[in-house]
Amino acid sequence: MSGRGAAGASSAPAAADQRPPAGRPPVDRRPRHSLRDRLRRDWPLLAMTAPAAALLLVFHYLPTLGNVIAFQDYNPFVGDDPIEAFLYSEWIGFGNFEALFRDPLFWDAVRNTLTITAFQLVFFFPLPIMLAILLNSLVSGRVRGFVQSVVYLPHFFSWVLVVTFFVQMLGGAGLLAQEMRQAGLQPWDIMTNPDTFIVLVTAEAVWKDIGWGAIVFLAALAAIDQNLYEAAAADGANRWRRLWHITLPGLRPVIVLLLIMRLGDALSVGFEQFILQREAVGREAAEVLDTFVYYQAISTQQWGLGAAAGLFKAAVGLVLILAANHVAHRLGEQGVYSKS
Amino acid sequence: MPGTLAKGAVLTALVAAVLVPLWAVLVTSLASRKTIDAAGGMVMVPREIDPSAYITIFSGGQITQAVWISTLVTVLGTTVSLVLTVLAAYGLSRPGSVGHRGLLFFFLLTFLIFPGLVPSYLVVTGLGLKDSIWSLILPSAISVFNLVVIRAFFMNVPGELLDSARIDGAGEFHILVRIMLPLSKAVVAVVGLFYAVGYWNAYFNAVLYIDDNDKFPIQRVLQSYILAGQSPNVSGAAVSLPGVTAYPPTLAVKMAVVVVTVVPAVIVYPFVQRHFTKGVITGAVKG
Repeated sequence: MSGRGAAGASSAPAAADQRPPAGRPPVDRRPRHSLRDRLRRDWPLLAMTAPAAALLLVFHYLPTLGNVIAFQDYNPFVGDDPIEAFLYSEWIGFGNFEALFRDPLFWDAVRNTLTITAFQLVFFFPLPIMLAILLNSLVSGRVRGFVQSVVYLPHFFSWVLVVTFFVQMLGGAGLLAQEMRQAGLQPWDIMTNPDTFIVLVTAEAVWKDIGWGAIVFLAALAAIDQNLYEAAAADGANRWRRLWHITLPGLRPVIVLLLIMRLGDALSVGFEQFILQREAVGREAAEVLDTFVYYQAISTQQWGLGAAAGLFKAAVGLVLILAANHVAHRLGEQGVYSKS
Repeated sequence: MPGTLAKGAVLTALVAAVLVPLWAVLVTSLASRKTIDAAGGMVMVPREIDPSAYITIFSGGQITQAVWISTLVTVLGTTVSLVLTVLAAYGLSRPGSVGHRGLLFFFLLTFLIFPGLVPSYLVVTGLGLKDSIWSLILPSAISVFNLVVIRAFFMNVPGELLDSARIDGAGEFHILVRIMLPLSKAVVAVVGLFYAVGYWNAYFNAVLYIDDNDKFPIQRVLQSYILAGQSPNVSGAAVSLPGVTAYPPTLAVKMAVVVVTVVPAVIVYPFVQRHFTKGVITGAVKG
């Protein structure tokens, strides 16, 4: 999500500046006004922007700056409210980070997070691409429309609902176990088994988002020139060769873009999904970086340590996305934002 | 042809994976105790329609209250989000206006730097929003992504249209309401529906900021009732209908809560779906 935003971030101002004269007078040709005149002209625009800007200031930028409590021994009880507590809490430099990097639970969380990211790159990432190619190959528009309507739907369900559906279908008291018991088989409970947890969360993610993920690939497929397929078929290329030489190259920019975004986001594997299931399968399997931050800070009140883990994650994430983008440019791809 | 057969099998499996759970939940929520006992749990084949589970959850008590809270948060939140997003999208749609570049940068920078969970929690509680439904609305009220999408539509409106309105003496607010909004109805509607789905589905903010059971949204109640297995305080005693006087089976009540949680998403979905391939996505790409 953030990566897609960054794409908009860079292209939006560019589009604004390159507006042809027909649309609106270009900025430079406007007569120069004094700031006071321009303010008199533009104050309604500023007033309209102000409320949203104020919300971002308070609920986005203020907490971003608030990350400095990672360098404090933050204690909420030294003041009457969090702001006062912040002012009176002791500054301890990198103490929280030292404690964090010595904490085996933290490294467990890092390892789980990276393992899940790697697993999902192999077993989740390619599926929406395959689904898009499959849907695109359907001749009947009605079948295609019906399948699309159904598989997009779970994207609009909350994680609580998704997990609930899995419990009711595959859990110990769910439909599958019930049918197996009636057939005289020993049911298993995948919902509480830590060893298969990684498969479970990936299956849930696939169920929720395979259809939604396919949309962007369908758009890319629609942009491929159909004449290429006819020409290739006339030259005797079979279905697999057309897939390999036309379809996949056509999808390549989108695949690379999404891959970069996923790698830049390697330390995030979803939050609610793991919080919801941590009790059922236990910490060893389900603790990821985001849940670690939550349990350190808000459950066990180690605020500084939690903030340090959060800041570590944000900093590494920023480095990862910039690095992944740099590699993409080197490979001659467009990347998340254009090289200018 | 085996290829077609394999395709059919894959697509059937995908469609079934979505529809079978929905069907099982719906049928079980409407099943009587006898049917549920006979099936040994989840019911796949409807035998009769017994609405007592729904009567129970809507006759007062925690679930009724949670549905009300979630509805309030969704309506209030969507209104706040949509109004402020549209206003700011318009305010930022005129290159060359005072502070345009700086303000745009201020909004777009939110894509690259993030507040941590801990400082966000401290800010929200520090503002005294703990146990207020505003804690479920204000921190997530502005989606800059949605703002960029709407702004892109506003910037595509031909400048001549605006200039002629301005010559006629129309103010900015007048231009926004009379010209811009009618021209971008579809995208504004879709963004509003996305906001609404987001508010209805939000779960974790309630874990952080709401301790008072009477202010739990529906997702929070669904979690504690079904996933954590606590029984909610359902005030409805025995349901008395002509011919039926019994407590509805627990499983049916649980599944009825699931249905109530799903329904808004399913109602909203066709309206969003009609637009999201042509409207929002192309708008976002054009940026």
